[in-house]
Amino acid sequence: MVYLDNQATTQCDPRVLAAMWPWFADHPGNPHSTEHQAGRRAADAVEAARAEIAALIGATPNEIIFTSGATEANNLAIKGAARFAAATERRRLITAATEHKCVLASVHDLAAEGFEPIILPVTEAGALDLEVLTAALHTPTLLVSIMAANNEIGVLHDLTTIAARAHAAGAHLHTDLAQAAGKIPLDMHAQDIDLASLSAHKLHGPKGIGALYVRRRPRMRLAALFSGGGQERGLRSGTLPTPLAVGFGEACRIARLDMNAEQTRIASLRDRLYAGLSARVPGLAMNAPTAPRLGGNISARFPGVRALDLIAACPDLAISTGSACTSADITPSHVLTALGLTPAEAASSLRIGIGRFNSPADIDTAIAQLCAAYAALAPARQAAAEA
Amino acid sequence: MQEKTKEIYLDSNASEPMRPEARDALVQSLTIMGNPASIHAAGRAARRVLEDARATVGRAVGAAPSEIVFCSGGTESNVAAITALSPGRTLLIGATEHDAVRAAGPCATILPVHQDGTLDLAALESALAAAGPALVCLMRANNETGVLHPIAAAAALCHAHGALLHVDAVQAAGRIPVDMAALGADTLALSAHKLGGPKGAGALVLKPGLHLPALIAGGGQERGRRGGTPALPAIAGFAAAIQAAGDAAHLAPLRDRLERAAIDAGAIVCGTGPRLPNTSCLALPGIAAHTQVITLDLAGIAVSAGAACSSGKITESRVLTAMGLADLAANAIRVSLPWNATAADVDAFIEAYCAMAQKKARVGRAAPPKPSVSHTLGSAGLSHGGISAAGTVAGAARPTQPSS
Repeated sequence: MVYLDNQATTQCDPRVLAAMWPWFADHPGNPHSTEHQAGRRAADAVEAARAEIAALIGATPNEIIFTSGATEANNLAIKGAARFAAATERRRLITAATEHKCVLASVHDLAAEGFEPIILPVTEAGALDLEVLTAALHTPTLLVSIMAANNEIGVLHDLTTIAARAHAAGAHLHTDLAQAAGKIPLDMHAQDIDLASLSAHKLHGPKGIGALYVRRRPRMRLAALFSGGGQERGLRSGTLPTPLAVGFGEACRIARLDMNAEQTRIASLRDRLYAGLSARVPGLAMNAPTAPRLGGNISARFPGVRALDLIAACPDLAISTGSACTSADITPSHVLTALGLTPAEAASSLRIGIGRFNSPADIDTAIAQLCAAYAALAPARQAAAEA
Repeated sequence: MQEKTKEIYLDSNASEPMRPEARDALVQSLTIMGNPASIHAAGRAARRVLEDARATVGRAVGAAPSEIVFCSGGTESNVAAITALSPGRTLLIGATEHDAVRAAGPCATILPVHQDGTLDLAALESALAAAGPALVCLMRANNETGVLHPIAAAAALCHAHGALLHVDAVQAAGRIPVDMAALGADTLALSAHKLGGPKGAGALVLKPGLHLPALIAGGGQERGRRGGTPALPAIAGFAAAIQAAGDAAHLAPLRDRLERAAIDAGAIVCGTGPRLPNTSCLALPGIAAHTQVITLDLAGIAVSAGAACSSGKITESRVLTAMGLADLAANAIRVSLPWNATAADVDAFIEAYCAMAQKKARVGRAAPPKPSVSHTLGSAGLSHGGISAAGTVAGAARPTQPSS
């Protein structure tokens, strides 16, 4: 099988497995039991991992709060910021139509608590119209939440500019970095970002852990999503999963060291794949073609066929129609619809995510199988349409 | 002391060592690269592991797979249940509940416990009668003392008054039988790493037909009840661990021997109700709990003073204070045997513990007369006279099956 769904999840790097292994196998300590050696050792490992995560995004270790993943981090950032400021007059929460479902669901949940969610449209290129953002910010706004890179179409948002606009209006900026971390250079302090969500399993770390960056200067204040033993400075209770934290740290360390060379290589594989497909799929069209995007992402329409049929016809390829969370849905992707695609165009769109462990041979296999499947499906479609 | 390299871990209520079965399941699932929500072959392989794990965890607690909601751990499952079920209901929480439960209901009515650590059922009944629609939160087994609440009896009272019952079974699962129907729970919280699975996974178990809004909103995972990509390797390890765990009855003789030796050295056992087979909460009057933990740590033995979550802070045990043992709260340590504890581990503990107690006694002779055990108990208002008689305590400490 050729795995080309690296935006859904990524293969855990063998170096990450090796780093986690002793913590699964040999050390029982609870990292919060700092009174005995086993606990202190676990605590030290967790802190070393925290420093690696911080280093990847230009933050300090004390700005990193571990969570179970990016979904929880997004919930904590958005609900936490809103609930902490519940007594202020700022009620507006601004996000974009192409955000991850968990961001949209979080602002939706907050509507029931008296907040005002504003979902901004995007351009055909998947970009945020800065004038639309600025206009929305005329009403006192608590928080703007815009992802760094989109999970379906790979489009990158200009966080530095968005941060400047949000801060000029007195709003905080949260960004979902799940897809961007380890793929593009990030510097939370230089980019002036208040909150940022990370996921380990999107960057060749383990599933089950993520983090929220919470700015210290000036201090970003949050209410905890859930309380308990008071771990993570009261922002996230629950025993920290030491092995997963260690694996996350190692994944970030590898990403930081390898990112530039790796992304160049992945982008060239992506270009090779797209060129190979274009040559044999007439009318193949990239979604949001003019936008800056992640090096490994293709979101493209295969005219006249349903993407689900293409996937079924290529059982040896792991590819998807869009977000994994909604893979089983038959409703069109909210991201593609936001770009202005018709339901038929959305249904003909395939997402391909190239990652660290893909080789040129994988790409050639994918080209051969997708083109053969397309050739088999397209005439049937045309005949059906003409009949 | 001289053999500092050998580390003896007797803090399993903070975290159990990983079981080999859990480790094997983890290894296998770590190499599965798919997202269980993806429809391609890699995703379906991940989905199979997830659903097999769901069925296994369900079987272990007498629940259908559809009634298992995987999450990040015990804290999250407790909070998710309380957050979802408490609106419109009076919250009644046991006085010895875990901080995660207490913090989720800061305005809750606190249900008192007896001096043996068990719930005061009469107080529960009058609280239910006064409360109107209520949510009651009780732990199956206490994390500091191991004491078991009479959950089935409490459930009968709850349901007679139309109240819902959430049971925190984090410490009980894998050590004594835990069954949704036998307990009469509406929701039940489980944690993987407390039963020999990996940290980073837990589950909320729902009574059939109960619907819960999500605490963490997301992409519709876990039937819309918990967003986020499931923590697959940890969940696979969780299922393997709960399947392998069975119960911890084999630890009772070890624990009882440890406890008898501690009592002979001057310790007082806190929490004499029916208990988990692996836990002993030992107070040694005159030595601060923190000093005891450090002394034992230097001897290579890991125990704790109260819950791990609050280990960093040096506060007296709230659990013991709630039991009317305030006088002992600053002097009590928790010894909790892991599933793989050996007789040699217990021997080493006894040696170090007795040395610590004797040293104290030597120092104590030069100092003003130390309070006698019976004096300490008297001032704590205790009535169980047999506490200093090893046989009586060990008898009371025998694990009791959850027929209560």
